[in-house]
Amino acid sequence: MTDFFNLAVKYLPELFIAAIKYTIPLTAISFFFGLIFASLTALIRVSKLPQNEWAAAFLQIVKWLANAYVWFFRSTPLIVQLFIVFYGLPNAHIAFFQSAWVSAITVFSLNTGAYASETIRASISSVPEVQKQAAESLGMTRAQVYLNVVLPQAARISIPPLSNSLIGLLKDTSLASVITIVEIFYLSQQIAAANYKVLSMYILVALVYAFFTSILSIGQHYLEKYTSRFAQ
Amino acid sequence: MIQVKNLSKHYPDKVALDDISVDFPAEETTAIVGPSGSGKSTLLQALNLLERPDQGILTIDDISLDLAKPLTSSQILQIRQKTAMVFQEKALFTHLNVMKNLTEGPIKVQKKSKQEAEAKAQALLEQFDMTELANRYPYQLSGGQQQRVAILRALAMEPKYLLLDEPTSALDPELEAQVLRVLKDLAKKDVSMIIVTHNMAFAEQVADQIIFVDNGSIGYAGPTDGFFHSKEARIKQFLGAMSF
Repeated sequence: MTDFFNLAVKYLPELFIAAIKYTIPLTAISFFFGLIFASLTALIRVSKLPQNEWAAAFLQIVKWLANAYVWFFRSTPLIVQLFIVFYGLPNAHIAFFQSAWVSAITVFSLNTGAYASETIRASISSVPEVQKQAAESLGMTRAQVYLNVVLPQAARISIPPLSNSLIGLLKDTSLASVITIVEIFYLSQQIAAANYKVLSMYILVALVYAFFTSILSIGQHYLEKYTSRFAQ
Repeated sequence: MIQVKNLSKHYPDKVALDDISVDFPAEETTAIVGPSGSGKSTLLQALNLLERPDQGILTIDDISLDLAKPLTSSQILQIRQKTAMVFQEKALFTHLNVMKNLTEGPIKVQKKSKQEAEAKAQALLEQFDMTELANRYPYQLSGGQQQRVAILRALAMEPKYLLLDEPTSALDPELEAQVLRVLKDLAKKDVSMIIVTHNMAFAEQVADQIIFVDNGSIGYAGPTDGFFHSKEARIKQFLGAMSF
């Protein structure tokens, strides 16, 4: 036990620095873009086809693309997606993805976006029709109805499942280690390989993950409390 | 005046409105009555285009629209600026407190300043004795309070015509009475009201004009007295079914 304690004192600062330099920014940036992808995809999927034929045909194609996107990222393992983008695409002369950071953020945000789009879609659909009608009857445009009425109400409903996605994403960033990013899991592997304290090092890194995910859980609690001020 | 001409609305399995033509005079109270599913709510919601009829002409004062043609959003907005709607239930914005429910439309749609909108809302709350509700959220209100706030939200838009879609049908009799008292006051004040209601006693007391919608058609349109003393078999049957 003293051995573990000494290891903790020695390596925790290093692990925390790696978390702040790699794990946290990877998570935050990917979640930010993921929410943008998710919102766009959800809005595309809930929007009704317009009366104009050409506009309807165009939107139909966009809807298919959105469905295909969600289907692909939900049907394949995250690690395979990382390999395709980081090792595969540069092979097809798409040099953009030679950067491990670019690849990781692309895959993580698209993956989170696919899952979160379902959450957001369901939350939007759960806002009662009469709320939209009331907003329309005041003379709001469709965009105003969404911005002022539907999205604020949908946000409250979507916070618990979106928090799940964020916590899941933070843990999934450990997979960035397979595409050469020295985030905390990769770092703990390197240290364990050098000092042979395998069990202790992996327990330490598990605790570091648990520390950060717990902070997110606490954040979720307060966010839920704040957004629930208008409901029982 | 609101006027509809040859208004029709077909659903795949049902004719909701069958070639209806009827007038709603300004500064009067018109009650739309009729059996459940007769098309009276559809008729009311067509007046502010929440329900889009397949064809017909809708005229509100100086605006006239052919509903068979596609409408632009500015045409729809013009119509909605003249009208305001009170729904059956649970239509207050649940994420906003009472004050913000009353100012949302004036600020976001009519582009009034926050101060102006709040002053107007405050005046309405005072006029109807509801100032203590200003900071509450809808879930903290009784059903009757919610409906009275919903009426104020509509009035805050300063509409020429107030449309009410069975505003008390989800309420207990006691709460219903609170809401009906507010409406009665409004009816005396030259507000143009068009109200869909099941409450015949209320319609008889308050309405200047009755429109009886029966199976998608107009069964009666005229003075209130004439309706309640009608000799027509269908109307007598309906009124008989509504009393006990």
